[in-house]
Amino acid sequence: MSKFTEDDLKKELETKEYEYGFYTNIEADKFPIGLSEEVVIAISKKKNEPEWMTLWRLEAFKIWKEMEEPDWANVNYEKPNFQDISYYSAPVQKKKLDSLDEVDPELLKTFAKLGISIDEQKRLSNVAVDIVIDSVSVATSFKKTLKEKGIIFMPISEAIQEHPELVKKYLGTIVPKTDNFYAALNSAVFSDGSFCYIPKGVTCPMELSTYFRINEGGTGQFERTLVIADEGSYVSYLEGCTAPARDENQLHAAVVELIALDDAEIKYSTVQNWFPGDKEGKGGVYNFVTKRGLCEKNAKISWTQVETGSAVTWKYPSCVLKGDNSVGEFYSIAVTNNHQQADTGTKMIHLGNNTRSTIISKGISAGHSQNSYRGLVQVGARANNARNFSQCDSLLMGNKCGAHTFPYIEAKNKTAQIEHEATTSKIGEDQLFYCNQRGIDTEKAIALIVNGFSKEVLNKLPMEFAVEAQKLLEISLEGSVG
Amino acid sequence: MLQVKNLHASINDKEILKGINLEIKAGEVHAIMGPNGSGKSTLSAVIAGKEEYEVTAGSVVLNGEDLADLAPEERAHKGVFLSFQYPVEIPGVTVTNFIKTAINETRKAKGQEELPAKDMLKLIREKADLLEIDRKFLSRSLNEGFSGGEKKRNEIFQMAMLEPKLAILDETDSGLDIDALKVVANGVNKLKSSDNAVLVITHYQRLLDYIVPDFVHVLYNGKIVKSGGKELALELEEKGYDWLK
Repeated sequence: MSKFTEDDLKKELETKEYEYGFYTNIEADKFPIGLSEEVVIAISKKKNEPEWMTLWRLEAFKIWKEMEEPDWANVNYEKPNFQDISYYSAPVQKKKLDSLDEVDPELLKTFAKLGISIDEQKRLSNVAVDIVIDSVSVATSFKKTLKEKGIIFMPISEAIQEHPELVKKYLGTIVPKTDNFYAALNSAVFSDGSFCYIPKGVTCPMELSTYFRINEGGTGQFERTLVIADEGSYVSYLEGCTAPARDENQLHAAVVELIALDDAEIKYSTVQNWFPGDKEGKGGVYNFVTKRGLCEKNAKISWTQVETGSAVTWKYPSCVLKGDNSVGEFYSIAVTNNHQQADTGTKMIHLGNNTRSTIISKGISAGHSQNSYRGLVQVGARANNARNFSQCDSLLMGNKCGAHTFPYIEAKNKTAQIEHEATTSKIGEDQLFYCNQRGIDTEKAIALIVNGFSKEVLNKLPMEFAVEAQKLLEISLEGSVG
Repeated sequence: MLQVKNLHASINDKEILKGINLEIKAGEVHAIMGPNGSGKSTLSAVIAGKEEYEVTAGSVVLNGEDLADLAPEERAHKGVFLSFQYPVEIPGVTVTNFIKTAINETRKAKGQEELPAKDMLKLIREKADLLEIDRKFLSRSLNEGFSGGEKKRNEIFQMAMLEPKLAILDETDSGLDIDALKVVANGVNKLKSSDNAVLVITHYQRLLDYIVPDFVHVLYNGKIVKSGGKELALELEEKGYDWLK
């Protein structure tokens, strides 16, 4: 990754521009830059949306126009010009390559390190894949199983057409249009995303992964995800990919809403590896994400995230513990290297009685990066016997990076029990020499130390994901010491 | 096996080693004794290749190869092992995972395949038994919350696993009660053979009752001021170091 320079990116962008040419016709595959009511209507029309959806978007746009971009996060970046962005591109635009020989060798090297199979490599780097019977049949049997269980898993644009009653009932109920600047923007212009519904009492028999859906069409810059777990159901959802994701869009503003009805459980795991920019921090993706889940009675939501990419990350997956005895969990590893900046954490809002939440945050900073944990634990006046445990650990590498912790606690009920632990440590010369003396070189030693540091969170990931995430951590920190 | 010739080394421009000469043959046990600040730990760190120390003159040769240009991990691959006086903690990395990584990295450096998990497990059990190490101990985080004795026992366990050519034991007896000392010494003795060598660095003669040296050297102010047989250790115990100044 490190050798992917700004020039390379520029070249990549240039060729893309040539590829698509200049369009003035709003019916074209890529809209001209700028955002207006007309553009919002055009996006909705492009997707054949019903009128209620168009109106919903327009209302969000009105709200957004009145809002200001937040600046309280501990990050510094040049604010995007929102009139300088194109808000719609048709999916599957990338040029199909004939063989892996045409792919950037650096990218292939990274794939190899991640242990990604050749077929998968082809898919990720957009090389045309011959029909692989195995993967086709896996996807087919996957769909069949889901259908038998009554599970709905499809692009949200399709769900708007096929299950309007569900979308209408839940969309924007957890993250309202008015929630924040980026959520309002996303509500107005979201391109696509995933929709998932697990019926009452159903345990989803496999990890639902965006992987299967991405095959059917690209995901956009303003992704919208809605997961509904009906009473007594269970689902584990995987988002993202460990392979380096490059994108011509600098700004990403996604919204994810989770609804766990009575006795339901949602496990939501993310590995995010957007382009972090070059060594000077130029050209990286801005990732401004709003993720929130609602727990009804006895429900549970677990967020697990491994964040290694993006130039700027602004992200706080949260839980609203509305029902009695509901449980919220947040497990996070955020790695920043070079000039990356991350301001990430969670909010646990305790409203019901006997609600419990756990926060384990591991921040790893290297290079010139800044890594902040920002979290809120809030206990409402009527939430009796709420409990929270928070642990925020920071690991520093070198002496030019920063780690920051901003924990907020607001308890309005005397029965609340809130614990907060925080540590800051540094990978020391002594630790490295000790490993070296045992025959472990410095790079491997760092990987070992970082994995040990992150273990509590890595253990929360589904098995295959955990192995890839572990390798990803190693790659993200390559060359960060010595 | 090891030839140290006229070795001078300094840290932050302060000379600590001022011309050390030492020859250790395969199958031998040497002890280096000396008061605090005489340069004992520096000597072990310099042989292991710690980068903070600058070698200003002289050489360290292992089995005919000058170690000067080798990184610490490369020296380890050639068979240099240092049992640390103060082993570091690595939270979240188990004793098993750490030693597995060390063994496989060393094998990789020698162009060998990774040791199959089954064989690794067998080896770990065998060596843990040798040092009377509880299995539960192996799944704890490396040195985290270990007692002084556990840390030292863990060092010798790693030595047993890695089977070095030259083992340097830096103050391995400090922090050990007599029972632990016996276990550790017993382990070292069992690992001794005609093709490896041990360099024991110690303050006190106590450890040498159990690991009996062939030669004893007294280090004082960066130089070896006296060498002799094992009886020299007893003499030092009795008279202290002052008479050698």
